[in-house]
Amino acid sequence: MTVLAVAAPGVVMVLAVLLIVVALVYFLVSTILELRRITGGLDDVLAAVGEIVSKSAPVNGVVTAINSQLDAGVDLLEGMLVKKAGLSDAVGLVDGMYPGAAAAGLRRFPESTEVVAPRISEVYTRGTLTLARLGREAPIAAASPGDGVLRNVEGGSLAARKLYPDVRHTTPAKLPGSPAIGAGAPVQYEQRDDVGAPRKRLPARNP
Amino acid sequence: MTLWWIGNAVLLLVILPVVVYLLHGVLKAVKGIAPSVQGISSVAAAGSKDLDAAPLLLTTQDQVEQTVAGLADYGSSLDVILDDAEEGRR
Repeated sequence: MTVLAVAAPGVVMVLAVLLIVVALVYFLVSTILELRRITGGLDDVLAAVGEIVSKSAPVNGVVTAINSQLDAGVDLLEGMLVKKAGLSDAVGLVDGMYPGAAAAGLRRFPESTEVVAPRISEVYTRGTLTLARLGREAPIAAASPGDGVLRNVEGGSLAARKLYPDVRHTTPAKLPGSPAIGAGAPVQYEQRDDVGAPRKRLPARNP
Repeated sequence: MTLWWIGNAVLLLVILPVVVYLLHGVLKAVKGIAPSVQGISSVAAAGSKDLDAAPLLLTTQDQVEQTVAGLADYGSSLDVILDDAEEGRR
């Protein structure tokens, strides 16, 4: 009886320790399995990130090169425009094509932001403006009145088109088309027999 | 003997629950990491796939070079054809 009384607490303690060990084993094994899954996932991540790094490695240099080449192109165009049209007219031309762009100015010419864009950008259409710039002696500038714009730049271009001789712009609305010729023409004409033949000799006139 | 029983009770009622609670927390946290890693893995794979077009930048670079070269040729021709602004005003 005494032995049982002494052994009972020991058995309970052993059971308690056993329970703790079982809980430790269960949770630690579960944790190890999860950590292994995480390790596998991180390996995948590492491989994908390595691909990203290798694929994006040359991007910086290539984009920088493209930007520098585009900068050179823009500098070339701006320089050409300013050289040929002058800074003031160049700003006016840019503002005519892209209303409001004169405020930003030309990149290579910081002083262009202080230039007041000529009023031509408010008057003429793009085509008219281009023609005016190409032919610098065009009378279109003389036809422009001194004050007030001829047309709303955001509206129609009739006012500007009226500056040109009346050929196609107002009347007639549609000119007749050019005649179609050749084998596929809707109207076929018979070839004359005498075309290409020896010239007929007239009978000799009797004196 | 009584102290022994008290020790057993503490072992069963305090130590064991605390151990289970702590280990359960660790396991729960670890299980929470796994889906995040899977998500990161899928996103990284998609990002890597998106960069498949990056080599095309070399083609873009070549085309930009050709375009700028053509622009330079065109500009030099225009430079010859058109008068400069200063010359035109003389």
